[in-house]
Amino acid sequence: MNIYDLTIHELKDKIAAGEMTPAEIKKAFADRINDVEDRVKSYITVTDELAENGLADYENKKDGLLAGIPIAVKDNMSTDGIKTSCASKMLKNYKPPYDATAVKKLNEAGAVIMGKTNMDEFAMGSSTENSAFFNTHNPWNLDRAPGGSSGGSAAAVAAGECAAALGSDTGGSIRQPASYCGVVGLKPTYGMVSRYGLVAFASSLDQIGPITKDVEDSAILMNVIAGHDPKDSTSIEGKKEDYTEYLKEDVSGMKIGIPEEYFNLDFDKDVKESVLSAVEKLKEAGAEVETVHMTDASYALAAYYVIAPAEASSNLARYDGVRYGLRSEHAADISEMFTNTRHEGFGDEVKRRIMIGTYALSSGYYDAYYLKAQKVRTLIKDDFDRIFNDFDLIITPTAPTTAIELGSNSDPLEMYYTDIFTVPINIAGVPAMSVPCGFDSKEMPIGLQLIGPHFGEGKIIQAAYTLEKLLDISNKRAEL
Amino acid sequence: MIDKKDVEYAAGLAQLKLDEEEKEKYTEQIGEILDYVDKLSELDTDDVVPTAYTVPMKNVLRKDEVQESLPREKSLANAPDKKDGQFRAPKIMSD
Amino acid sequence: MSTKYETVIGLEVHVQLNTDSKIFCGCSTEFGKEPNENTCPVCLGLPGTLPVLNKKAVDYAIMAGLALNCDIAEYSKFDRKNYFYPDLPKAYQISQFDLPVAEDGKIEIETDEGIFNIGVTRVHLEEDAGKLIHEGSIDKSKGSLVDYNRTGVPLIEIVSEPDMRTPAQARAYLTELKMIMEYLEISDCNMEEGSLRCDANVSLRPVGQEEFGTKAELKNMNSFSAVEKGLEYEVKRQREILEEGGEVVQETRTWDESLNKTISMRGKEEAHDYRYFPEPDLVPLEIDEAWKEEMRKEIPELPREKYKRFVSELGLPEYDAGVLTGEKDMAVFFEEVLKDYTDPKNLSNWMMGEFLRLLNENNHSPFESGVTPLNLAKMLKLIDQDVISGKIAKEVFEKMYNSGNDPETIVESEGLKQISDEDELENIVDGIIEANPDAVEDVQSGKDRAIGFLVGQVMKETRGKANPGLVNQMLRDKLMD
Repeated sequence: MNIYDLTIHELKDKIAAGEMTPAEIKKAFADRINDVEDRVKSYITVTDELAENGLADYENKKDGLLAGIPIAVKDNMSTDGIKTSCASKMLKNYKPPYDATAVKKLNEAGAVIMGKTNMDEFAMGSSTENSAFFNTHNPWNLDRAPGGSSGGSAAAVAAGECAAALGSDTGGSIRQPASYCGVVGLKPTYGMVSRYGLVAFASSLDQIGPITKDVEDSAILMNVIAGHDPKDSTSIEGKKEDYTEYLKEDVSGMKIGIPEEYFNLDFDKDVKESVLSAVEKLKEAGAEVETVHMTDASYALAAYYVIAPAEASSNLARYDGVRYGLRSEHAADISEMFTNTRHEGFGDEVKRRIMIGTYALSSGYYDAYYLKAQKVRTLIKDDFDRIFNDFDLIITPTAPTTAIELGSNSDPLEMYYTDIFTVPINIAGVPAMSVPCGFDSKEMPIGLQLIGPHFGEGKIIQAAYTLEKLLDISNKRAEL
Repeated sequence: MIDKKDVEYAAGLAQLKLDEEEKEKYTEQIGEILDYVDKLSELDTDDVVPTAYTVPMKNVLRKDEVQESLPREKSLANAPDKKDGQFRAPKIMSD
Repeated sequence: MSTKYETVIGLEVHVQLNTDSKIFCGCSTEFGKEPNENTCPVCLGLPGTLPVLNKKAVDYAIMAGLALNCDIAEYSKFDRKNYFYPDLPKAYQISQFDLPVAEDGKIEIETDEGIFNIGVTRVHLEEDAGKLIHEGSIDKSKGSLVDYNRTGVPLIEIVSEPDMRTPAQARAYLTELKMIMEYLEISDCNMEEGSLRCDANVSLRPVGQEEFGTKAELKNMNSFSAVEKGLEYEVKRQREILEEGGEVVQETRTWDESLNKTISMRGKEEAHDYRYFPEPDLVPLEIDEAWKEEMRKEIPELPREKYKRFVSELGLPEYDAGVLTGEKDMAVFFEEVLKDYTDPKNLSNWMMGEFLRLLNENNHSPFESGVTPLNLAKMLKLIDQDVISGKIAKEVFEKMYNSGNDPETIVESEGLKQISDEDELENIVDGIIEANPDAVEDVQSGKDRAIGFLVGQVMKETRGKANPGLVNQMLRDKLMD
């Protein structure tokens, strides 16, 4: 195996055994970026200087959990003095004067930060095609999308352009690209990872999480980034655990629910078969699997497409050209400056969502849309709580299909539908992970979604780890 | 049903300039999306309390202590236009 | 026959809370720093930043709510008020919409026309915006400059019921609010510096009509007199329109101090569709009994109660009580003196006379002068015990004010003690009798007034130190036996 194919824990072992130095590792990944980046295009910014700094500081941080490990960061997480564009023209030249808490924690753990990854503009999209700059290509098939919005992070991990990456997930933006790119993506419980410094899309749904080559790396990365942050009022105190404690091959007695309403949705046959066959393996390994009944996921999707745009319309109002970012040069007065800046700076999907959200919050419609959606949110959350009274985990597919062809989908509503399995999880605030469970007839990876109760990351990791061993596919890499 | 006037109104509130083509397009697309969203009305939520916070928390407060501010150059570093330590913006009133 | 109109006024008062740090970040709230010196990623609204609520701001809002006799919310939350303006970095203001910290209170005010209760609709917390300076005049300016130092300074907005019927009542209400805030020590309440700001809703309706007339919102009244003058102008303007059979337009108007009139904010009215929704970056507040009690203990006796007590228990004239309670330190000083002195009226005369004169001359607040409450009490007792005369006391007091010394020391070292020793006065009195035969004759022929002249001569001779009562008695003994 090549160095760039190795996982975090494998690289750590090699460093510990003296078989490799962090400098060699960094060089191997940098070379890999040089080799494949023109085809994959995962990165908006390759931060070689930042990586060198991390490396130079290695001796001080060698006890850190990520000492000398090359990590990529989605370009919506603030990095001090380094462009943080959110793949938008609006922030093309914006350099934050501070680090996001998650980035700070990576640095403290000794990570070597390789670059900032491509994404859908302001994390709005499911294919990374909404990046204002360029498309990212799926390493398993360069004609296909990597998924989104954390498409750059998922592709970078799958292509060996980093050992692991951080993504953000508002309605599936970590899990769906992880599924498309054949890697592991975890969206933690809302509040487990600080959002401080994560450029907000929908504040009540956004979470940062790891995208990794295997489940063990996910646990390691969670150990680094999870935990209370006084700078984020919604960050939870006292729930952080050592997630590597859950790396056990054991699902005996674990109760797993299979929601019939989700499996009855219209989705790809290969995906369905692959997920159900993986469930069968867990059953053989001792898990108790039962069919459960839940509210139709389409209600969660409908609620999501009110709540997320409403919050976004407010979160993205600050891009007005006064303090940072783009300012239109065509402006006789402040009002023209506002409208022209926002016209020139935002892409089509971002404008569409700002429009929906503004409309849903506007006078006379608040009750019918926003308030109604918040009430449905209660029903969905209660629904998950009810299942988790009796079950440890729920399993669904991560996405209705494998990776779509680049440029194949231009209808917004159809695109939104690709989030049908992932959105309810953000609405309920619970954690969920996408793990690779097989390949379709075109040899594209399929992801299975494990959903846990609030703070159920440990159980998810344990079941996913077991499944990974049973399926024995985590060593398979995209060929480039 | 959303019409072009609604789209224009929302665009005004959101300070988005839309050309005619965009207005037509958004009226149609947002209409479709809101049609889909209308399925929410199938659920009875009369006695349901809205959820704004999925993990119930309360009273997250900090002490009244002064922390260091940013050096002024850093606060102004990203400003598209600045003057005398202030952000400069076009005039407020139109002629 | 002409219709009689009644004025209806409601006030929205913004009070800056004097916390050390801002409401949602750790930047200092200090006034008068260089532009943008008190800013950080949070108050600049940089992408990715999040607010964390300052507990002291909540404490102060609860105190204000309690002092205004409001119900304190058991459950309160923050909402976003969305609108674009260059001084608002996030393009939304974190405020409170449907669940403010306090609701449904009232305060008592007094004007020449009597005593009135003014309802307080609500008290809510919010963040202040930045400061916008127009380059040149607002009409001809090429641009505007923004300073975000003030952004995020905690504010409470106090909304009154439309209970005021005259501009004088509005002024009295505002004055009472200011005094209450000062007594609570939660704000500097400086209208010139903008730590107290007042907007008004004004309308007229025919007397007897229940329904409100169309209102104008009045802004930019930057002093107490501007509030009264602006309202008076606006009432007159609306009355003239109505009397001519016209209709008042609902609009925002600004008070122009130099023109002495209100001006329409011509057509620049944005649609007020603020799209409030719960602020997802902050969690709700639950204010339990214990928290409320803790805050209640922080509330001192408030100006109106103190005023009433000074009148009823201390027997002070209403005027005196008003002056003494008008400023918290004045009242506190007064009561400190009373711990060592028993005649409130005598003390009140001194405080409102000599003391206030010197304080005004020196631009001091009571505790900034050299006079301590204890020393003032001592001085008053020296007068009462005839150790010094009232006239000499003024001299002593001024020396106390400037030096900080106690009155005994001053009286001793300056030799200002009253002469109450008959032996010591005997020769002087005899000398005056000898030197003023005409006056003596007048006295002896029954012209009692002439005795005053002789006393005055003795006082002059002793440079004011003679005990005038004793001198009077001695003269009578000598001339009228």
